[in-house]
Formats: sequence, C-alpha cells, structure tokens
Amino acid sequence: MTLDLTPFVLSFKLAAVTTLILFVVALPLAWWLSQTRSRLKPLLEALTALPIVLPPSVLGFYLLVVLSPESAIGGWITSVLGVKLVFTFTGLVVASCFYSLPFMVQPLQNGFESLNAHMIEASYLAGKSKIETLWYVALPNIRPALLTALIITFAHTVGEFGVVLMVGGSIPGETKVASVAIYEMVEVMAYDQAHIYAAILLGLSFGVLLLVYLFNDRHRRTMRWL
Amino acid sequence: MITIDITRELHGAQGAFTLRVNQRVNENEFIVIMGESGAGKSTLLRIIAGLEGTEGSIVVDDVPWQEGRKILPPQKRKVGFVFQDYALFDNMSVIDNLLFVNDDKAFASELLEMMEIDALKSRNVRLLSGGQKQRVALARALMRRPKVLLMDEPLGSLDPRMRRKLSIKLKALHQRLGTTTLMVSHDVAEAEYLAERIWLVEAGMVNTYDTSFLERLQ
Repeated sequence: MTLDLTPFVLSFKLAAVTTLILFVVALPLAWWLSQTRSRLKPLLEALTALPIVLPPSVLGFYLLVVLSPESAIGGWITSVLGVKLVFTFTGLVVASCFYSLPFMVQPLQNGFESLNAHMIEASYLAGKSKIETLWYVALPNIRPALLTALIITFAHTVGEFGVVLMVGGSIPGETKVASVAIYEMVEVMAYDQAHIYAAILLGLSFGVLLLVYLFNDRHRRTMRWL
Repeated sequence: MITIDITRELHGAQGAFTLRVNQRVNENEFIVIMGESGAGKSTLLRIIAGLEGTEGSIVVDDVPWQEGRKILPPQKRKVGFVFQDYALFDNMSVIDNLLFVNDDKAFASELLEMMEIDALKSRNVRLLSGGQKQRVALARALMRRPKVLLMDEPLGSLDPRMRRKLSIKLKALHQRLGTTTLMVSHDVAEAEYLAERIWLVEAGMVNTYDTSFLERLQ
C-alpha cells in the first residue's frame, strides 16, 4: 500500500499561508481591540468570535455563496482580478482566514490586554508612535501569547473539515486536504488507510499542542523565578 | 513656565466632583503634590502628560499643549514620566530602556553614572531590585531632556532606607539638571526635603503653599 502524502502537503501549505496572512491581518486588529474604548468593540469582538460557535457548514455555505462568481463580490473578484475562489486553493485560503480568525485574534488580544498599561504609556511618552510601540514594546512582551496564536491557528487550519469541503470540494492536488481525504476513505470503507492518515494527524496535533504548553510552562516558571 | 487652567470631572470615594486647577509652575521649580487618595493628584499628572483628556488650557514655554479642542499628543509633549510601578520595558536591558527613548549613548551613560547603576547597564530589567528599577525609570524619564518631569509617587513602594537614598539622589539630580519637576508624594519628610512649593489637592481645588506649611502636618 503506497501512502499518498499530497493531502498532507496541501493541508500544511494551506495552514502556513493562512497563518501568515492572519498574522498580518489580526495583529493590528487585536492591538486595536486591546487599546480601544470604542463602542464598536463588542460588535467587532462578536463578529471575530463567530467562527468558534457557527457550524462550519453554515460558515462554509455563506462563503460559498459570497465567493461564487454568481454573487456580486465573487463576480467582481473573478472578472476584475481574474481569480476564481470556489473549488480552488486560493478559495480555501480565503475561507480558512475567516474560519481561523478568532484563533489568531483572541490570544493576541488577551496578551496585549494583560500588559501593564503604564508600559505602553511610557512608550508613547518616549515619543514612539502606536505602531512602534506595538512592534518594539507590546509584541516582544507577549511572546507566549504570540506563540499560542501562531501554533493554534496553524493546527486549527490543518484540522479544518466542513468549511474546506464546502468551499473547496475535493479536487486531488488542489483542494483535497488531509481531513477531506480521511472522510472519503471512510466513505469507501478504506479503514486501513484512514487509520494511517488519522494517526498522523492525531500525532502531529498532539505534538504541536504539547510543544506550546511546554514552552508556556517553561516561560511561566522563568517569569516566577525572575 | 507652565500655565495650567483646567477642569475635569472625577469620581471619588464621596461621589462625583470637579477638579479645578489654575496654577503656574516656574522654570526649574520642584513642586510636590499632596492630598488624600482619590483627590485627583495622579490624574493631574496624567492630564499634563497628555495621557488623559480634560477641558481648558496647558501652556508650556508659550507652546500650547492643550488649548480648547487642540490637544498635543503625549508623543509631542517632551515630558518625562516616572510611574510608581516603574513600567520599564521588560524585554530590554537597562541601557536599551534608555536608548529606546533617545539614541544618545553618551547621555545615557552619564545618567546611569549619576544614578550609580552603570554597572548594571547590560542586565535585563526584570532582574533588578525595586530601588534599581526606580533609578532606571528616572534615568529613562530624563533621556528625552524633558521640559517637565512628572513623578507619580516614585518612591512609594520602596523601603524607608531606599526612599531616603533616592530622595537625596533626586535632589542632587534636580540641582544638576534643573528640570522643572512635579512629584506626587504622601511622605511629609520627603516633601519637606525636596519641595520648593507644595500643591495641596483637596475638595477639587489645588492650593499652593510654601514648605513651612508642612510643619503643620507633622
């Protein structure tokens, strides 16, 4: 029995691209949410957290409708940018960014909110802008939260199923990621292969989470000692 | 010369009240601000620094830091601020805390020498004692060569021996650099030693006294 690793490669490629994009998008959003006193804050927090509680099929359905060339947005993207977003890898990346958004925003926001507010103010009083303060003061002081955000976003994207199936379907080498491949194997009762794929995903997910918790535990102990 | 004419609504233990400040601070002056907890002393410092909003005007050396709705952000105020909890940048060494404010290595070394912490310059600030941290905080506040140095109970969390030692250091530093200083303190002896004038914040008003007023409190 030969093991086709393409679905894993796709899953990890999708997770890496999604994590990178979300880091760039979520960092200013999490920073703004942690610092603002705006009345819009609860609204944005609720919107950001939606993918945690929504069934993936609901999110996948709406994304499919919006990204489809038949819709205004999807049609515009297809005709102006020449990018097809349904049943393509690019579409999967867009869908994953929505689906994994809270896993990047929330740890970063919690990290920023736990910082000593006077430290941030001291940076402003040193003449530094909000962006300089974010980059040189806030971000280096929330390293455990930053690592948690990056790893959990990556791992969560690898574990996606419902949304990717709805938006990407199951095109081998294009959108058929590991979780979708396992589903199809079970459907055709290829349990031996499904076991191998599932065990690889289980082992990788557990390993990644263990690393995060070990790092955070070590960081906590060091901070206590200091 | 600093001219302050501001009002600000505050919520104290006795309910809402209005803080009214109409005062002047002379060049090179050292003023100690006293008053009960919740009277608005820290808020007053934060307003001068631009960290909190208010109504009225603050003019420093003919430059309006606040005039009606025109408010200069903290980044542009040239203020040195020392927080009671130090608020050092934990990810940086002692010297990097200073150089982050102003990349003037010679001035940073001079300040660290004056504070007698030049031997600690490469150490991470997390590894310092309370007294050492406060000296770094003071040196960092001076790095911008501020027009006004604001200190919010800078010695409040230190033991009596360290308080006395740093009071002496503060006085020597003020005599050498002549930075106009406003410092919040609850300690009468400390105020008597450092202050040229006392501002007493009570019932929403700020009244000014000379240091002989402190004898009545002792």
